[in-house]
Amino acid sequence: MHAISLRWIVLLALLTLNGCGESDWDTKDIASLMPPLAFTLTDEQGRTVEASRYRGEINLLVFGYTHCPDVCPTTLARLGTTLKALAPEWQDEIRVLFVSVDPARDDPRRLSAYTDAFGSAIVGLTGSRERLDALTRRYRLTYGYGEADRAGDYLVSHPSGVFVFDRRGEARLLIRLDDTREAIRHDLERLLAEAG
Amino acid sequence: MADATTLVHSLASLASWLVPWEFEPLWGLACLAAAAVYLRGMRRHDASPGWLRPTAFLTGLVLVYAVSQTHYDYLSQYMFFPHRAQHLVLHHAAPFLIILAFPGPVLAAGMPARLPAARRAVRPLFDLLQHPCVAPLLFVGLIYFWLIPEVHFDAMLSRPLYQLMNWSMLLDGLLFWWLVLTPHGRLGPGRRILLLLVVVPPQILIGAYLTFSPTVLFDVYEVCGRAWPLSPLVDQQIGGLITWIPATMMSVIGTLIVLRQLRHGEADERRRATTGTTPGTSGHL
Repeated sequence: MHAISLRWIVLLALLTLNGCGESDWDTKDIASLMPPLAFTLTDEQGRTVEASRYRGEINLLVFGYTHCPDVCPTTLARLGTTLKALAPEWQDEIRVLFVSVDPARDDPRRLSAYTDAFGSAIVGLTGSRERLDALTRRYRLTYGYGEADRAGDYLVSHPSGVFVFDRRGEARLLIRLDDTREAIRHDLERLLAEAG
Repeated sequence: MADATTLVHSLASLASWLVPWEFEPLWGLACLAAAAVYLRGMRRHDASPGWLRPTAFLTGLVLVYAVSQTHYDYLSQYMFFPHRAQHLVLHHAAPFLIILAFPGPVLAAGMPARLPAARRAVRPLFDLLQHPCVAPLLFVGLIYFWLIPEVHFDAMLSRPLYQLMNWSMLLDGLLFWWLVLTPHGRLGPGRRILLLLVVVPPQILIGAYLTFSPTVLFDVYEVCGRAWPLSPLVDQQIGGLITWIPATMMSVIGTLIVLRQLRHGEADERRRATTGTTPGTSGHL
C-alpha cells in the first residue's frame, strides 16, 4: 500500500517538474538520466584506450559500423560539417567518438580510413563484444545483428542517438536524427562556452 | 558426444535466458513473499480453495516474474512490441489471473499479523483509487501516460523511471481487476460490467492509432538501438495490435465472468427465498 502512495508522490513530482523545469537546450537534456563517460576500447592504432584519455574536451559518442547503408554516413557527415563550421578556437576542443559495434568486420585500419573521410575530429573506436556490451549496457543501449545473406553481408541494428559529454565527462545532451543543424550548433556552442 | 554438447549448449542458453537482464530484487522478493503468504494461508484457511485457484494465483506470479526478471526484459527494453506484450502481462493477464483466484481470504489467513494501523493509514487513498470513477480513468490513463512519446522516451532511458513504469502497471492492474472481478465487493455486478466496458473504447483507440500510424511514434528504440534489425514500423504495428486486441478481449472475458457470478448469485438467492431465509445482499445494481 505504501508503494502506491509513493508512486503517486513520484508521479505528481514528475508532472510538476515537467511543467516548471523547462530547459533551454534545443536538443535533449540528459544530464540527470545517464552516467559519466567510461569505457575501455581499442583505437584506430590498435591500442587499448580508456575514456579518461579524452577528458578535458567535449565528446560526442556515436555508435555504428562502417558497412552501415544510411544512418552512420548521414550522422557523421552532418556532425563533420557542423564541427567544421564552429569558431576556429573551438575546433580542437570537440571530438566525435565513433564506436563500431561490428568488430568482426571493422578492424582499426578500416575504421581509420572510414572516419578520416568525415573529418579529422572523428575518432574510430571498437572492441571485443564484452567491452562493447559493457559500454552499451552502461548507457542502456543495445545493438544486434541480422541474418547474413549469401555474400556474407548482414545488417546491424545500433543506437542512432549522439550522446554528448562535457569536459568533465558528464553526460549532457542527446542529439537525435531529426534535430536541426542550427539546434545542434546552438547547443554545442553553448556547451563549449561553459568553463571546463 | 555431439548430443551431449548440444544438450550442454542448450542448457547454457536456457540458463542465460533465466538470468535477469537488470537485477531488481524487489520483483523476486514480492513474488516470493506473495507465494509464501498464499501457501501458508492455504494450510491455515478452513475452506480449501481447490486446485484451480492456487494454480491461477501462482501462474500469475510466475508470469510477473518471467516478464520482469528474465532475459525477456531485455527484449522489452529494446523493442516496442515485446514491451507492449510485457505490459499486457503486467497490467492485464497476470493481475487478472491473480485476482481470479479470489486470494483475499487465503492471503489474510497467511499473513504473519494483522496490520490495522497501516490499513487505517492507507484507507483514504485506497478508497480514492477504488472509486468507480477514478479506477477506470487510472487504468486507461496509465496506458496513455506511459505512451506519451516524451514520457516513453525518458522511461526507456532511465532505469528508475523504467522500474516505476512497470510497477505502476502491475499495481494498477491488481487494483482494477480486483475492483471489477471480486463478487460482493465494493460494486454490484452492473457497475462492474460497466467499468469493464468503459475501458474498452479508449484501448481500441490507442491500439488502432499505433497500428495505423504511418510514422514511427517512438524513436527511443531507434536512438538506443534495437535488439535485432526489425523495421520500426512493423515493430510499432505489432505493438499496436497487442495493445488493441488481446487487451480489450480481457474485458470481454471479465464481463462473462461477472455475468456468471451474477447467475450464481441469483440462484443462491432463489434457494434462500424458497427456504425462507433473509435475502442476501447480492444483486445490488
